[in-house]
Amino acid sequence: MEKRRIYVDNSATTPIHPQVLEEMMPYLTESYGNPSSIHFFGREARKAMDKARERVALGLGAKTEEIYFTGSGTEADNWAVKGVAFANKKKGNHIITTKIEHHAILHTCEYLEKQGFDVTYLDVDEYGLVNPDDVENAINDRTILISVMFANNEIGTIQPIEEIGKIAKERAVYFHTDAVQAMGNVDINVDKLGVDLLSISGHKIMGPKGIGALYVRKGTRIDNLIHGGAQERKRRSGTENVAAVVGMGKAVQLAVENLDQHVRKMTYLRDALIDGIKERIPHVRLNGHPSQRLANNVNFSFEFVEGEALLLSLDMEGIAASSGSACTSGSLDPSHVLLAIGLSHETAHGSLRMSLGEINTREDIDYILDKLPAIVEKLRALSPLFKQCEGGKVSV
Amino acid sequence: MYNETVMEHFTNPRNVGEIEDADGVGEVGSPQCGDIMKIFLKVEDNIIKDIKFKTFGCASAIASSSIMTEMVKGRTIEEALALTNKDVVDALGGLPPAKVHCSVLAEQAIRAAIEDYRAKRGK
Repeated sequence: MEKRRIYVDNSATTPIHPQVLEEMMPYLTESYGNPSSIHFFGREARKAMDKARERVALGLGAKTEEIYFTGSGTEADNWAVKGVAFANKKKGNHIITTKIEHHAILHTCEYLEKQGFDVTYLDVDEYGLVNPDDVENAINDRTILISVMFANNEIGTIQPIEEIGKIAKERAVYFHTDAVQAMGNVDINVDKLGVDLLSISGHKIMGPKGIGALYVRKGTRIDNLIHGGAQERKRRSGTENVAAVVGMGKAVQLAVENLDQHVRKMTYLRDALIDGIKERIPHVRLNGHPSQRLANNVNFSFEFVEGEALLLSLDMEGIAASSGSACTSGSLDPSHVLLAIGLSHETAHGSLRMSLGEINTREDIDYILDKLPAIVEKLRALSPLFKQCEGGKVSV
Repeated sequence: MYNETVMEHFTNPRNVGEIEDADGVGEVGSPQCGDIMKIFLKVEDNIIKDIKFKTFGCASAIASSSIMTEMVKGRTIEEALALTNKDVVDALGGLPPAKVHCSVLAEQAIRAAIEDYRAKRGK
């Protein structure tokens, strides 16, 4: 097979859907008005924003006035956690989250600890699942917020959000979920889930970068994060990125409309890749839950090899993936998620995430399955951790 | 991210393997850090006649190991001991700042192998 360009890093970002780009273009060109302006240029932009907001609200089962656009999923996470913490600090100073959150949540919580808040970081099981009982047991009379991600960005494990939502409601604690990876891969309805706040991002669902949204249930006490010119109904200031908002609206609409078809296609490709790797390569470990996982997530540890070397070797074959290895993060520790599910450092260093998207085909999977075994074998031949024993048996 | 020399050594590493009756073996690093370098030496008349390596680590760790073995092969023990991590970085034409520790590992690995050689010979 000739060298190809295969992108299996869709949890990092996705290409813009042609229909999304098409709807955005007028707002990057002739319709450049500021939505706050009274004149017809402004009104055009305002109208486009209203439509996008309706689409996002519809996609989440929310009311339009509960949707706020932000500059990113990270900003939505920061706003949810800091905003609720600061607005409710008279009521309490305790926050519950998990050890496997995205850094947008974890580093925000660490910052809040410096501001006098107490944070409980819940453990997860070997599959990366949070136990709702642990959430309930962690609640005390000072607890003001629970933040548990919907689906993990590295290992794809989908959390029992609905169950946690029930607990949060019973105990009258605000509940936030980071649904950045879940959006487009899982059916989301804020009332069914019982969440008070929910973050999403545009570029993970074939929308543009630089746009996110936070759902805030009506009546939720939350401080502003960005202060200024009173945009987003005085909640999130800064002149709106109209084209990106329009793109996000279209991306959410398409993601929701195509959800079933997308999940079917992703599941088919994912399982072909998972099964193929297990068949072709010994000493591998599927990270994450076998079934409670995102339809587009594949995460393996390849024993005795290091992730960055794996990524670069794949890169040379035209395959773009990602890893939880320390060498790819600039720190000495491997992924906090892989350590939290109990992996040893060396196994965590050997992790490879392949996140699939609409652009991927069965041919892509076959190409990866054709190239990957030789790459792993070559790196294992270099590794002092790996010894080939007599009789073809392999041992450490 | 990496220059052509680093990628070339990563793709076609020199002197990979083990020496069964090695005169000296050195292993440095730890799986926790994601880098392990193991060096095998064959020494005759104070000269490194043969050297092999095995490395668990990223591309720069593999490239550092590879180029280091080339640099010390055929040299005296004293010359090999004089090798610094900077020599390794220079020979590779530079490493990203976050990866310089890989070159340090290469320096430590050859030293550990020579120490082992000297300890064995001393017996």
